[in-house]
Amino acid sequence: MQIPRFWRQIPNRYNLIGVQCENCKKVYFPPRIVCPDCHRLSIGKMKQYKLSDKGVVHSYTVIYEPAEGFENQVPYIMAIIQLEDGPRITAQIVDCNPEEVKIGSRVEMVFRRLGEDGKAGIIYYGYKFALVKTQT
Amino acid sequence: MRDVAIIGIGMTKFGELWEKSFREIGIEAGLRAIEDAKISGDLLDALYVGNMSAGKLIEQEHVSSLILDYSGYSSKHLPAVRVEAASASGGVALYEAYLAVASGMYDFVMVGGAEKMTDVGDAEANRELCSTADNEWESIFGATYASLFAMLARRHMYEYGTTEEQMAHVAVKNHKFASKNPVAHFKNTLTVEQVLTSSPVATPIKTLDCAPVSDGAAAVVLCPWDHARKFCDTPIKIAGVGLATDTIALHSRRDICTMDAVVRASSKAYHMARIGPKEVNLAEVHDCYTIAEIVEIEDLRLVKKGEGGKATAEGQTDIGGKVVVNPSGGLKGRGQPPGAVGIAQVVEIVQQLRGEAKERQVPGANVGITLNIGGTGATAFVSILKREN
Amino acid sequence: MVGIVSYGGYVPRYRITPAEIGAVWGIDGKSYGESLGVKAKSVPGADEDTITIAVAAARNALKRVSINPKDIGAIYCGSESHPYAVKPTATVVAEAIGATPDLTAADYEFACKAGTAGIQTCMGLVKSGMIKYGLAIGSDTSQGAPGDPLEYTASAGGAALLIGNEKVVAEINRTYSFTTDTPDFWRREGQMYPSHGGRFTGEPAYFRHVLTCAKKLMEMQGTKPEDYQYAIFHQPNGRFPRRAGKMLGFKDEQINQGLLTPYIGNTYSGAVMLGLCSVLDVAKPGDRILAVAFGSGAGSDGFDITVTDEIQNFKRENAPLIRHYIENAVEVNYAIYTKLKHQIILREE
Repeated sequence: MQIPRFWRQIPNRYNLIGVQCENCKKVYFPPRIVCPDCHRLSIGKMKQYKLSDKGVVHSYTVIYEPAEGFENQVPYIMAIIQLEDGPRITAQIVDCNPEEVKIGSRVEMVFRRLGEDGKAGIIYYGYKFALVKTQT
Repeated sequence: MRDVAIIGIGMTKFGELWEKSFREIGIEAGLRAIEDAKISGDLLDALYVGNMSAGKLIEQEHVSSLILDYSGYSSKHLPAVRVEAASASGGVALYEAYLAVASGMYDFVMVGGAEKMTDVGDAEANRELCSTADNEWESIFGATYASLFAMLARRHMYEYGTTEEQMAHVAVKNHKFASKNPVAHFKNTLTVEQVLTSSPVATPIKTLDCAPVSDGAAAVVLCPWDHARKFCDTPIKIAGVGLATDTIALHSRRDICTMDAVVRASSKAYHMARIGPKEVNLAEVHDCYTIAEIVEIEDLRLVKKGEGGKATAEGQTDIGGKVVVNPSGGLKGRGQPPGAVGIAQVVEIVQQLRGEAKERQVPGANVGITLNIGGTGATAFVSILKREN
Repeated sequence: MVGIVSYGGYVPRYRITPAEIGAVWGIDGKSYGESLGVKAKSVPGADEDTITIAVAAARNALKRVSINPKDIGAIYCGSESHPYAVKPTATVVAEAIGATPDLTAADYEFACKAGTAGIQTCMGLVKSGMIKYGLAIGSDTSQGAPGDPLEYTASAGGAALLIGNEKVVAEINRTYSFTTDTPDFWRREGQMYPSHGGRFTGEPAYFRHVLTCAKKLMEMQGTKPEDYQYAIFHQPNGRFPRRAGKMLGFKDEQINQGLLTPYIGNTYSGAVMLGLCSVLDVAKPGDRILAVAFGSGAGSDGFDITVTDEIQNFKRENAPLIRHYIENAVEVNYAIYTKLKHQIILREE
């Protein structure tokens, strides 16, 4: 990936920075320039909003035929996560066995490597999720 | 607006066409359509080409001019337009061509769809399919195209009790039809057991739940309905069309198990054709994965929401059932050259409505519907085709 | 009063045992592990590195206090396994905890004591009034050449200490360092794995520096081993810190809480700092702690620490305790271990 393309999304990918429409208060992630509900009324009113890093698994899959750059992680778990603030996002679930993941499982954001531009290139970091476990 | 007819159809074999280049398959389909329409190519007013990824897959952009040139019409300097809407490129090209003829702008239009997938390896072909999802917020996180449909499938299983076995029935049915289709990528039939035990791709999707990546092209010739009988004994009327879109990312949909774009596009098409889903005899839908067919026949309202899997397993979508789905073999059996799919679906329905589908002929085929989607349903094109006696 | 305002540790979930490693090289790994005092070592996930571990530790530290991350004026990340040779770990951490842009940040390298060097720098900046808070991180995904004795201990983990002078939960009474040029362990530019001087790493390196540093620090402070509830020494294996403690006059009860190597291996820059986190997880007001780090090359950083009353208001429970990471572990075999460490050569696309 081109460096500027990743660099400009760092706040979003590191810290789940999305936007909130000040007109209807709905939260969006990834950020949008226009609120799909308020349209014109939202222009200039989409303000940065840090989303909660917790959510539940809305759906998931265990990938055996990987995306490029994920060959070493096979099998890996991808999920659509329903965040507490409303939006759903697509992200990996790590640090557990596939059998432990269920629709409705509670998850929280962790910070991991997303990929790299080959051995000599930039390393990309950002959000993944891990199951919330009862702490002892 | 004028009524529009399809007076010619043509397509190449779908599959691994090692000997043939992109331009060769594009021209082959077009020439067959011209031959079928029994018109002189000199009558054509314009060309529309649906293509997803020539720029990436064969490093060739500007394919509208390329195809027109190699069709031998460069000296006529005809207008030529390339349309891209992921795997709905062909359908959207047809939509645009339909509008041009219906409006009176053009009389005779060639619409083609073509894709050359096998000049690159599987990894690159799959990466191209991935790029039809939201690259910045889905693909980059490791989601593959199959994994997105897998998450749709998992949720559908959770909400409606759909099973992997029901999904397998889609593959079995579509391979059965494909085995009778001379242009199909796959000739082999499958058993439910074979599908269920094939290797996992992205659970619950297995290898035999996936459509292959194929080369291929398809083309149709459109003209105003009022001229159609001059060229063709059995012109097929485009009775309704609908084009609709939704969020590019699956996760942002109102409901990941419902393709709202399909609901909207089909509503428009039904309304325009003044028919309801019950009057549809056969359907060509976008079964890039078996779950896609299940969801799509629900969202086209051919079956009740949530009952697509059950209806399939019960044979409701096979010959003798309520509505025959994918008599061509679908993407699963006939093959999946993304840009060509939308046009090939129309080619199949026209053949069926003309009664020329031979071994896989659907008895009493009078009204057919096609559904061509882009990405995970971010674009949906629906056409309703009718035989008018 | 300069000291620790908050702390956070992180240890990856995977573990491998000496028996599993030994089996690959045809030796009795179980006995070898026992001789090293190591039952298992932590292994980073395939998508973990020194940066992700540093971020996890830093975020855990910030979860326990309600400070504005923008008030952090300095971040120092100590490691001998920074993912980039050129491009700082510290800037990624700064961005990931929301501390950018008004701060200074840099990476440190001093073998296993790069993290504690960061604590000292932060103390100086806080004491001088140049910054309100400083974040010192020690984090490593350390490498041991396959088949080398280091392979049995080189592990992954990290800790972050927030240094300041308000609401200090543990005051750092004094720090002292003992430094010489002693080439006991090194890694040349471009080399995958470190090299070491074998038994030379013992007496002239580890013991000389750790013991001298501890003795001088206690001399300066006028303290004796019995004045401390806890003592933490750098822990390349499970034996050295116990022996060092014994030589100085400490008892096992003072050492145990801060000795993590038996369960997670040697986390290098994370080692003493994670040990300190483990002690702070249970410490009470008034408890005195002696922490002595050691970095090959060589030097020791000693810290004389007193836990304050503030620890009673401190929200330890807002982030996982070290015990949680020790207990919440999954053993992997050597094949999975090599996969997690990216040692399987994959086809290039």
